[in-house]
Amino acid sequence: MTLPSLPLRVAPPLTFGSRRALRLIERNLYVYRHTWVVIVSGFFEPLFYLLSIGFGLGALVGTVPGPGGAPIPYQLFIAPALLASSSMNGAITEATLNFFFKLKYQKTFESILSTPLSTADIALGELGWALIRGGLYTLGFLVVMVVLGLGVSPWLALTLPGALLISLAFGAVGMACTSFMRTWQDFDLIQLVILPMFLFSGTFYPLDSYPEPIRLVVQLTPLYQGVDMLRSLAVGIVGPATLFHAVYLAVMGLAGLVVVSRRLDKLLLR
Amino acid sequence: MTDPQTASLIHARGLTKRFGDFTAVDAVDFDVAPAEAFGFLGPNGAGKTSTMRMIGGVSPVTEGTLTVRGLDPRTHGPEIRARLGVVPQQDTLDTELTVRENLVLYGRYFGLSRAECNKRADELLDFAQLTERQNDEVEPLSGGMKRRLTIARSLINQPDLLLLDEPTTGLDPQARHLLWDRLYRLKQRGVTLVLTTHYMDEAEQLCDRLVVMDKAKIVAEGSPRQLIDRYSTREVAELRFAPDVHEHLDGQLDGLADRVERLADRVLLYADDGEAVAVAAHERGLKPEAVLVRRSTLEDVFLRLTGRSLIE
Amino acid sequence: MAGISRVLEHRLVQYRRTFRSSVFTSFLSPLLFLTAMGLGLGGYVDRSGTAALGGLTYLEFLAPGLLAATVMQSAAFEATFPIIGGLNWQRTFHAMYATPLSPRDIALGNLVWMAIRVAMIATVFTAIIVLFGAAHSPLVILGIPVAVLTGMSFAAPISAFSATQRTPNQFNVIFRFGITPLFLFSGTFFPIETLPSYLQPIAWLSPLWHGVDLTRGIVLGTLADRPVQMLIHVIVLAVIVTVSSWATIVTIERRLVKG
Repeated sequence: MTLPSLPLRVAPPLTFGSRRALRLIERNLYVYRHTWVVIVSGFFEPLFYLLSIGFGLGALVGTVPGPGGAPIPYQLFIAPALLASSSMNGAITEATLNFFFKLKYQKTFESILSTPLSTADIALGELGWALIRGGLYTLGFLVVMVVLGLGVSPWLALTLPGALLISLAFGAVGMACTSFMRTWQDFDLIQLVILPMFLFSGTFYPLDSYPEPIRLVVQLTPLYQGVDMLRSLAVGIVGPATLFHAVYLAVMGLAGLVVVSRRLDKLLLR
Repeated sequence: MTDPQTASLIHARGLTKRFGDFTAVDAVDFDVAPAEAFGFLGPNGAGKTSTMRMIGGVSPVTEGTLTVRGLDPRTHGPEIRARLGVVPQQDTLDTELTVRENLVLYGRYFGLSRAECNKRADELLDFAQLTERQNDEVEPLSGGMKRRLTIARSLINQPDLLLLDEPTTGLDPQARHLLWDRLYRLKQRGVTLVLTTHYMDEAEQLCDRLVVMDKAKIVAEGSPRQLIDRYSTREVAELRFAPDVHEHLDGQLDGLADRVERLADRVLLYADDGEAVAVAAHERGLKPEAVLVRRSTLEDVFLRLTGRSLIE
Repeated sequence: MAGISRVLEHRLVQYRRTFRSSVFTSFLSPLLFLTAMGLGLGGYVDRSGTAALGGLTYLEFLAPGLLAATVMQSAAFEATFPIIGGLNWQRTFHAMYATPLSPRDIALGNLVWMAIRVAMIATVFTAIIVLFGAAHSPLVILGIPVAVLTGMSFAAPISAFSATQRTPNQFNVIFRFGITPLFLFSGTFFPIETLPSYLQPIAWLSPLWHGVDLTRGIVLGTLADRPVQMLIHVIVLAVIVTVSSWATIVTIERRLVKG
């Protein structure tokens, strides 16, 4: 079955790319066969953060107000947030640094475009790989959470697709941004956005201490949407807001994908 | 529908490529027949690579018609590329994979089964004489090996049309001859070769037919033999004079040959009998420091057509 | 000496082009961390009582620790890519070696540059600490040389390692399994007394712990409380810096000679 890569203005999202995108995932598997340590090591970072800030610092903090207002142990507060931010960071690293390197220096995609694969296949394949990596880390982290006694609600199982949704959203938008970058210096702009989000989006402490207008603004930012979604699921206090978060992230991801594919056309098919 | 263009493998009419204000390819016409070796000869910047990229479907056509096997690259890109092999100007090998993996994975992009990819990879490694290096990283290979790998990779899907952009640029003579040999064998198997080059010996050796491109236009067309017969004489006498003598040669060379070309460092005298011209020059009292009599080449054709040499 | 200053000049000229991005790592990033963790999270820590912190607010506890930790991260970064780049990709070190400069000049010149970068970062951060009102002693200015000592205790050994590498693959391991755990468990965010007692002695192996404790003592004016411990910190850091600087000279020279 071959699907033509039609101009995206005309085609509905379902004909975006094709099964050939799997080949790019296959390629990444081959590459990382040699450097699997890098993949495995990515699992440890959120774990270290959980142990040090969650349990080490948590001993000093005690409890904080969780979703719905009731106090929860600090470890339970921070664990799903660490999961959300590591999904974000993992996706961003793959979608910016690695993607930029492939695009500008290794020219990995040029030869691939001389085969039946299209730019949509490439965007989809690279994103798919980022999701697989993220999914592995999430699974590992969830196991750790349960082992450490933080598995208090059966809704916790949904944090796996939830984390993938976060990776999708940030990965797609990350690739879209990368496709506009020219030099390594531009990466600082990305960090300029990511770091404040990581620190101030209710990851380490509740938003209660913010004045009302600031709190509203932060609640609209993507990482907060992801953090609140996963935290609600982990604690078991789920509502329509949780669904809204999921839709927000899905839309963000789709928008990013469309932009990436168009930019790849412009960059590679001149 | 008796469409003449379906007989050609590649058909182009008024093919134009513009990048903003700059016209890289200006309304060129050509046809490539199946199983022939077709060449685009011209200096750097003539528009050869842009034309190749349009044929390969990786660069959109600005104006004009272009069909490959009767199909439009814009709408049938994947179909065309499925039977196409591309050897680009710069090696675009995957440096994160080994030599063998480059071949196997590329085959996978064409939808071949893993077993088939492995089988063809073995054959191609042998064809490219890279079997001993198959598990090595790509980076440390020599230029010639990388080129052979790129060509091997372009054959993984057993294409019937092979596009080669400057295939032997930067290679030492031994590597070039090995490559020519391999390409010739492919041609004998019925693969259509389309190549660009600025080396006249390559064009003469490999191509059945070629077009000469200069500054985005086609300035001549035909087989190497036809072009030489049409635009040049059988032989050329190259005379090299001392710099001060070279400057004051006006009028002394008139009538010696069918055509005279003054280059910066030499004078070229075109005639059917180069020896005779050299002797005649001596009889006139001219004292060249060096004399070389040779057959005409495509370089001379290019010089005649554009007033410049192929290699800038 | 003259050779070292030539190398310094080179790095300074390079820096003029790239300093904009370092503004982020040197200034904005630590500022944001201090605000979020010190003030935002600090509110919740202080609410639960500050007995564990010895009467300090979380901000006062965190700030000096963060200074040492930031310095470690910057130093570690400066000790990886510029060294490996100078020997493998840009090959500027080889270019220098073709002049009268000696490998010793090249190695020490780059190390001195790293010390200067660390000093810049430490100065800015110290100013931020003073502005936040978390400095309890005019001796806070000594935090800068201590930061340099801490940073170099990472920069020097990592530089010695970087010179032996041809690809950046191993750096990932250093950062993931070295720098990050040290960053998190060396008393930066919580006192090491919170760790289970069998893990506490391990903290003493961490150069960052030495730097953090020393910096905290200086910023909070509590040096005199445990003078011997502070002296041990200084000695340990100084020894690490000296030995690994010598190692850096050796590994860089070996690479330059090998070509």
